[in-house]
Amino acid sequence: MRIGVVTFPGSLDDRDAQRAVRLAGASAVALWHGTHDLEGVDAIVLPGGFSYGDYLRCGAIASHSPIMAEIIEAAERGVPVLGICNGFQMLTEAHLLPGGLIRNDHGNFICRDQGLRVENNSTAWTNGFAANAEITIPLKNGEGGFIASAETIAELEGEGRVVVRYLGMNPNGSINDIAGISNQRGNVVGLMPHPEHAVEEGFGPDTASAMRSGTDGLTFFTSALIGFLATV
Amino acid sequence: MTYLRAAADTVANAIATPEKMQPYSALGLKSDEYDMIREILGRRPTSGELAMYSVMWSEHCSYKSSKIYLRQFGEKVSPKMKKDLMVGMGENAGVVDVGEGWAVTFKIESHNHPSYIEPFQGAATGVGGIVRDIISMGARPVAVMDALRFGKIDDPDTARVVHGVVSGISFYGNCLGLPNIGGETWFDPIYQGNPLVNALSVGVLRHEDLHLANARGVGNKVVLFGARTGGDGIGGASILASDTFSAGGPTKRPAVQVGDPFAEKVLIECCLELFAQKLVEGIQDLGAAGISCATSELASNGDGGMFIELERVLLRDPTLTAEEILMSESQERMMAIVTPEKLAGFMAVTAKWDVETSVLGEVTDTGRLIINWHGEEIVNVLPRTVAVDGPVYTRPVAYPTWLDALQADTAAILPRPTDATELRAQLLQLLGSPNLADASWITDQYDRYVMGNTALSFPDDGGMIRVDEESGLGFAIATDANGRYCQLDPYQGAQLALAEAYRNVAATGAKPVAVSDCLNFGSPENPEVMWQFSQTVEGLADGCLELEIPVTGGNVSFYNQTGDKPIHPTPVVAVLGVIDDVGRRIPSGWQDEGHNIYLLGATALELDGSAWAGVIHDHLGGRPPAVSLPNEAALASLLHAAAAQSLIASAHDLSDGGLATALVECVMRFGMGARVWLDEVILRDGVDAATALFSESSGRMIVSVPREDDVKFLGLCKGRDYPVLRLGVTDANEDGLTVQGLFELPLRELRAVHQATLPAHFGA
Repeated sequence: MRIGVVTFPGSLDDRDAQRAVRLAGASAVALWHGTHDLEGVDAIVLPGGFSYGDYLRCGAIASHSPIMAEIIEAAERGVPVLGICNGFQMLTEAHLLPGGLIRNDHGNFICRDQGLRVENNSTAWTNGFAANAEITIPLKNGEGGFIASAETIAELEGEGRVVVRYLGMNPNGSINDIAGISNQRGNVVGLMPHPEHAVEEGFGPDTASAMRSGTDGLTFFTSALIGFLATV
Repeated sequence: MTYLRAAADTVANAIATPEKMQPYSALGLKSDEYDMIREILGRRPTSGELAMYSVMWSEHCSYKSSKIYLRQFGEKVSPKMKKDLMVGMGENAGVVDVGEGWAVTFKIESHNHPSYIEPFQGAATGVGGIVRDIISMGARPVAVMDALRFGKIDDPDTARVVHGVVSGISFYGNCLGLPNIGGETWFDPIYQGNPLVNALSVGVLRHEDLHLANARGVGNKVVLFGARTGGDGIGGASILASDTFSAGGPTKRPAVQVGDPFAEKVLIECCLELFAQKLVEGIQDLGAAGISCATSELASNGDGGMFIELERVLLRDPTLTAEEILMSESQERMMAIVTPEKLAGFMAVTAKWDVETSVLGEVTDTGRLIINWHGEEIVNVLPRTVAVDGPVYTRPVAYPTWLDALQADTAAILPRPTDATELRAQLLQLLGSPNLADASWITDQYDRYVMGNTALSFPDDGGMIRVDEESGLGFAIATDANGRYCQLDPYQGAQLALAEAYRNVAATGAKPVAVSDCLNFGSPENPEVMWQFSQTVEGLADGCLELEIPVTGGNVSFYNQTGDKPIHPTPVVAVLGVIDDVGRRIPSGWQDEGHNIYLLGATALELDGSAWAGVIHDHLGGRPPAVSLPNEAALASLLHAAAAQSLIASAHDLSDGGLATALVECVMRFGMGARVWLDEVILRDGVDAATALFSESSGRMIVSVPREDDVKFLGLCKGRDYPVLRLGVTDANEDGLTVQGLFELPLRELRAVHQATLPAHFGA
């Protein structure tokens, strides 16, 4: 399976996402924002960072990048798309996901090992998790507060489209502790925490058994692989 | 500075109007320095030349007061110290061979004055500047760290500076995608009117990717790329960094630069692609003194001259004069030397990254740096006279009149607690004191995960980054300085800073290999400050020679004082270490139960300058702890051997706050409890309980050892004849720390005290 990782000017976690894809057993394909070429990839990751300096609004300029036209079209065809942090912001700006992300309620950037509950394990990116799995992956953002209209929130909650919810503490003031959501079809998922930073023992969050040994994030990437293998 | 708005002052005009009055003093030059420029040129300088000389001969750029001392770092070296040193002092940053074809470059630099005037931009551009130094060596930046000194924690102005500096570092470093892996934060009233912001960056490169700042090859193009040049930071190096704040407070705002981390991130990727395609012959970043510095340094390090057409510089503000363009410190700019045949390829890469680029001129064989402005010659100088052969001062040095009295005022006579309740209360008071309190409020604002190679970061003793994903080769780095020790004895204080950073790196399991330093001092025009400076450099140079690790570069920051009160001498020492496999790194706290806890090293009554003396008694006097560098080397080698054989599960260095602080930090790191006893330390070292807990004797560490490795570990200690004492055992059934026969400290109480201080002052 080939998973594309798009690099925008100002992308920061693109190489981390590529590493996560490789560790999951897929091959990583570097995609460039300025082209219209998805190189025939089977799934797409929009990585974290500060694309275009996050000028205007986070993810707003990136959502109008040349390659986004192809990504929107692919998402509508059912190709799995994962937006992490800035990638999540792009997905909302591109209207592939509802709602938006605003400045953390406490006003500061925050980096921490964040507890999450996986509440929907039937999306393209979470099907490898057990139901209601409780996981820990790093969170790091300045504008991670999820907001949406009451109607949209009710719809997301009602349709089970809240994919991951903050556990223990809400780090940014997100409505209903929402950390990540999906579209109706479940192929497009966006979340603020960074699964690509919890994929390799020694470099992830601390766990009870050993320092920096957390690899809970890897399942997001292996999930895509499971889904792909089921279709071929 | 309205004079700058006048029409360009040409070389011909300078010859024709020798008597014209020039505002050298407003530009920070002394009258004898101005006379020296006239003598070098054989005429008066043009206003453009005056601008260049004024910034390049500033203390900040020329090291004119420190040069005669800094030479020791190059002179006091052994062959072993040169063996792995690929680039030493004098370049943008030092480069060390770390094996397997990899090299690491690192440097620490000050951005103190801008960070007081405009804390957010000052700190942000401090990060930006040091990162560009790293890129210009041909390296990919992979980590940042920062050493911060603020005023009294409850002074109303401290919050302004802390909020600005921390969010500036957070904003810039996070947007660059560089993990922040450690550093230090101190609060002391001595820094009230002059906070210190020292930023460190580390980069990695393959040996063949090494680049240097020189302009060679007649006909090669001089290319400026990156952000446009604007009016920000004009005279930052000469006026701001090289002068003392007047007591009235900050007023020099226009001299602070404004940073755009997005532009820098794109510039990093652009440069790395240029290096990968081998499109660059020489490269220099634009920092202090901007184009004046880049052109004169590139030309000085080259083999010919340089010709520049200054009107080709792309401007953010078209009204800038030639002099302002020469002096501007606009951020996110680089200058490269490119062969004519590679220019098209170069431009293709910068176009891909949307980085604006303009060819300013070329390398010539005239031996002179000539700059034209719309066809008229406004600069014609020997580049070395600007960049290298500036004035050198042997400033008066005087032993401080107050020092003997200060050293006589020992903390040994202060009342020490003897009963358990008071010992416990003082331990908690120390734990919640600003310099020992949990700094998470700060470090949680920094991304420590980005790039996916962070093997250690705050709160462990040093930061560690994996360099090679296949082999696991990595580096560790730690910074330290204790201004209180240095005030008591700058020679010994400098060696203690070196020893502590060295020990911190050793505690991670890495082998210390190189040093960078940022020397923060008061005014060099004060003979007592110059004495402190001379002692510090001597202490560091002697110390590095004894440990056989070279100083690879760094920075001197003078004029850190408001009014006539200088800061404590604050030499921030960064030590770099190498580890074959980051998988064998050692955390700073206890994670497993049933491990034996050992204290390495001996404890003496050394409370002078300690955190205990400062926090409990508001006292600073006496002589700092003794330092034995051979002992430190033996301890480091012991740790390295134990780590290589995976014999120890954790290691934590003893420094500020002594054994007491180290023990509770080991507990809080992962929440594992422990039982310890002090009787044997008290008996062996002949000290009382308070001294055992709070003394800051050097050469000490706590390690935890799995029972099955006990014999091997003790064998290593015995073989090296290093003092070792079993102090206790980790125990999951213990809630926090129990010091047998004295007191218990439940984990919840420890954390509550430790974590409360910074949020209480700066918000949750």
